[in-house]
Amino acid sequence: MDVTVSVNGEQHRLDIEPRRTLADALREDLGLTGTHLGCEHGVCGACTVLVDGEPARACLMFAVQADGCSVTTVEGLAGDDGTLHPVQEAFVAHHGLQCGFCTPGMLISALHLLETDPDPSRETIRAEMSGNICRCTGYTGIVDAVEAASSTMRDASRPPDRP
Amino acid sequence: MKCAPFEYVRAGSVAEAVTVLRDTDGEGKILAGGQSLVPILALRMARPAVLVDVNRIPDLDGVARNDGSVRIGALTRHSALVAQTEHPLLAEAARWIGHAAIRTRGTAGGSIAHADPAAELPAVAVGCGATVHVAGPAGERSVPATELFVGALMTGLGEDEMITGLDLPVPARWGFAEFARRHGDFALVTAVVAEIEGEIRVTVGGAAPVPVRASRAEAVLAAGGPAAEAGRAAAEDLRPTGDLHGSADYRRAIAGEMVRRALAQAGVGTGAN
Ligand SMILES: Cc1cc2nc3c(=O)[nH]c(=O)nc-3n(C[C@H](O)[C@H](O)[C@H](O)COP(=O)(O)OP(=O)(O)OC[C@H]3O[C@@H](n4cnc5c(N)ncnc54)[C@H](O)[C@@H]3O)c2cc1C
Ligand code: FES
Ligand code: FES
Repeated sequence: MDVTVSVNGEQHRLDIEPRRTLADALREDLGLTGTHLGCEHGVCGACTVLVDGEPARACLMFAVQADGCSVTTVEGLAGDDGTLHPVQEAFVAHHGLQCGFCTPGMLISALHLLETDPDPSRETIRAEMSGNICRCTGYTGIVDAVEAASSTMRDASRPPDRP
Repeated sequence: MKCAPFEYVRAGSVAEAVTVLRDTDGEGKILAGGQSLVPILALRMARPAVLVDVNRIPDLDGVARNDGSVRIGALTRHSALVAQTEHPLLAEAARWIGHAAIRTRGTAGGSIAHADPAAELPAVAVGCGATVHVAGPAGERSVPATELFVGALMTGLGEDEMITGLDLPVPARWGFAEFARRHGDFALVTAVVAEIEGEIRVTVGGAAPVPVRASRAEAVLAAGGPAAEAGRAAAEDLRPTGDLHGSADYRRAIAGEMVRRALAQAGVGTGAN
């Protein structure tokens, strides 16, 4: 089946089998292996991407369903010159990752959280990130990182002081 | 795991969806949000020959006030149920469904059709006395939610029928309480309190194959009894089964407490009414 999908701003035309998940299409057909697959049935969150700006499990969507949609994966977070996104910077600075397997899903979920709630409490961060499982960090570094990113992103969006 | 091959049909209308389902002779399945169906396919617990994707059928989403109730389109996502303000009980209950990435995809119709005993929306549908609208090859029919759920993951829907929406009465007073192991997990027990046309309805989800009305608790309240006694009566009425997540006694105790909390939130049985 023919599918046209925009991934991180780039248009792609694919001819794929209906049973191919969006996650597999990203990884196998487009070579974007940043989207990780842990459980392949919706519970771990590693495959979380944005579809038309909303978070979705890429393992629970068939690629044919993304026809005409715009998808953002972890590869789309950094700037064209390789500058890390503030959320990525914060994960590095605050030990938000160890092995890195859960990180793509964590980053996408964190990004969506901060877009919908620019100043979340630690409790909110914990609750909203609970759909993403991490086997390494014990989560404290992740919560620290999201909290730090929220303050950098708020500072960056504040209009500069006038003299 | 990966799903087995299937034929994919993107339906443009309800009529097309039910026609395709009828023509597949029970081998077809509706694909809505995919948040319950795709895991089942990936685990190969089902192998439908045809998937009918209903996501792009127009005019099947949204929540609209209609006198004393709201009309919810089958394709309304859980995230939209959280965001709407016409039915506060519905918004509160939907907040408890899974996680953000589940709520953006999962649909109201899918949750009702899937009929998970621990799911929030079936409990709210029974709790408020919803009417579910169903389309099939022979036309449309309406079914009370209390009759639609017949067992765990089982409804009275035919293989070629599709839920198009539901009417959910808006309660004058309401309460919602849920106990789950972790945020976003399926509930161990859910309690819904809704005052509809002067009647206090108490409903418990997760403690039986389908959401059940706690009629003894309702009788206690009707006689002017306090919330704590109603909670105990609800617990005594239940015959939950024990599993990995909790023994039968534990579930019964939690159910009583959830009923008490939902009543307190509703301001019912507090001695003030
Ligand atoms: C990690 C995770 C956590 C979750 N946690 C919760 C939770 O806490 N509480 C909860 O309630 N749910 C939870 N869910 C499930 C979620 O709510 C689903 O969205 C819901 O159960 C099914 O809706 P859907 O639109 O995704 O349906 P689908 O998965 O597309 O379909 C489910 C079933 O319903 C049928 N169907 C779908 N739409 C219709 C229709 N209009 N008419 C007739 N049949 C139809 C399908 O054929 C299929 O059999 C969770 C899911 C995941 C992956
Ligand atoms: S791989 Fe998609 S949620 Fe685990
Ligand atoms: S860093 Fe290893 S799973 Fe999260």
